[in-house]
Amino acid sequence: MFSEISERMPQLLSGSWITVQLTVYSAAVGIVIALIFGLMGTSSHAWARTVSRVYVEIFRGLAVLIIMYWFFYSLPLLGFRLEPMVAGVAALGLNAGAYGAEVVRGAVLAVPKAQYEATIALNFSTAQRLRRVIIPQAWAAMIPPLTNLLIQLLKGTALVSLITIVDLSKVADNWRGNSGNSALSYGTSLVFYFVIAQVFVLLMRWLERRANRKLGRTAAPRRPRLDALTQPRMPGGGIG
Amino acid sequence: MSGISWDWHYTGQILPDLIIALFQYTIVVTVLAFVLALVVGMVFALLMRAPNVVVRQVVRWIMEFIRSTPPLVQLFFVFYVLPQLGLTLDAVTCGVLTLGIHYATYTSEVYRAGIEDVPRGQWEAATALSLSTRRTWTSVILPQAIPKVIPAQGNNLISLLKDVPILVSIAVPELLFQAFSAGNKTLSYLEPLTVAGVLFLAVSIPASILVRRLERRFGH
Repeated sequence: MFSEISERMPQLLSGSWITVQLTVYSAAVGIVIALIFGLMGTSSHAWARTVSRVYVEIFRGLAVLIIMYWFFYSLPLLGFRLEPMVAGVAALGLNAGAYGAEVVRGAVLAVPKAQYEATIALNFSTAQRLRRVIIPQAWAAMIPPLTNLLIQLLKGTALVSLITIVDLSKVADNWRGNSGNSALSYGTSLVFYFVIAQVFVLLMRWLERRANRKLGRTAAPRRPRLDALTQPRMPGGGIG
Repeated sequence: MSGISWDWHYTGQILPDLIIALFQYTIVVTVLAFVLALVVGMVFALLMRAPNVVVRQVVRWIMEFIRSTPPLVQLFFVFYVLPQLGLTLDAVTCGVLTLGIHYATYTSEVYRAGIEDVPRGQWEAATALSLSTRRTWTSVILPQAIPKVIPAQGNNLISLLKDVPILVSIAVPELLFQAFSAGNKTLSYLEPLTVAGVLFLAVSIPASILVRRLERRFGH
C-alpha cells in the first residue's frame, strides 16, 4: 500500500499544486468581485444596490458546475474559447464572489455608525474613509466567513476534473483507472484535500489574529451562533 | 463571429426533457438527500454531546474530514468502493448517500447552535422536575430548538440543491446531465446549458426567497 502511494507521489503532488493554484486564483478573483459588489450593496444609490443584488442572486443561485460547463462548452459557440483553467477559475471566482459580496456587505454594515460619522467630522474623503476606517474594521469581521468560503472554493476546485484539468481529483481518478484500487486512490486524495484545507485554515486564523491585533482586539469565539448560520452559504459551505 | 445564433426551435425541443429531469431527478435527489442529512445530522449533534470525550473527539474529526473534502471525490469513493465491498448500489442511491452524509455535517452544526440557544434554565427546570434524559430531550430541549433552526436548515437545503449537478459525473440523468447529453447529440451546447441555468435559477431563487420569509417568521 505504501509503495503504491509513494509510486504515485509525483502525480499526487503535481495534482495538489494545481488544486492549490486554482483555489488561490479563484479566491483572488472572488475577493475583487466581492469587494466591488459588496461595497455597491452598501451604496446610497439605489441603482448600485440593484446591480449588486442582481449579480448576487444570479451567481449565488446557480450551481457552480453549471456555470463551469457553460463557460467551457457554451461560450466557444459565441466565439470565446477559454482555456480549461480560465473557465474553471472564472466559474469558481464568479460564484465565490457572489457569496463574498454578501460577507463584505454584512461586515461593512456592521461597522458602528459612529465610526462613519467620525470620518465625516474629520472631513475624510470617501477613499480615506474606506481605506483607513471602514475596511480595517470590516476586514476583521470578514475573515471567519471568508475562511469558510475558501474551504468551499478548495472543495469546488475538484469540479475542474470534469473539464479536463488534471487536478488532485483527476489524479485519483486516473490512478483508480489504472490500478482499480478505488479505496486507496480516492482515500489518499481525500487525505490530501484534508491536509490542504487544514493549512488554509491555519493561514486564515493567523490573518485573523493579525487583523484583530491591529485593531487592539482579541478574536471573537469561533463557534457560530444560530443567527450566523442563517446566512445563505455556498453549497458545501461553512466550517463551524 | 457576429451575432448570437440562438435556435428557439431547438430550445423548444429540449425544454420538456430538461424540465422532467429537473423534477424527476434533481429535486427528488435533493429532497431525499436532505431528509438523510436531517436524520444523520441529528445523530451527529447528539453524539457531539455524549459524556465520553473520546466519542466527541472521534465524531468531531470525522465531521471535520467530511466537511473539508470535496463531495465529488466522496461521491467517486462511494460509487467505486462500495461495489468492491459487495454492496452494489445504483447511481442515484450513491448520490443520495454521499450528499446526505456530506450535508449531515452541516445540519448537525445548525442543530448544535439551536440546542445551545435553548436557555440554561430549561435544562435546570428539567433536572428539578427529575425528568429522564430522554424526556428532557424529547419534551423540553428539542421542541424548543427545532423550530428555531428551520430557516438555517432551509439554507442547507438550497446549498444541497446546488451540489446535485455533480451527479453528472456518475451519469445520474439529472438536469445538467440531460442538458449535456442533448448538447452532445447536436454539438450545440449553448441552448441546453443556458436553459439548464435558467431552470436552475427558477428553482433556487424562489427557494431562497422562501427561506428569507421563514427567517422573518421564526427569526429571533
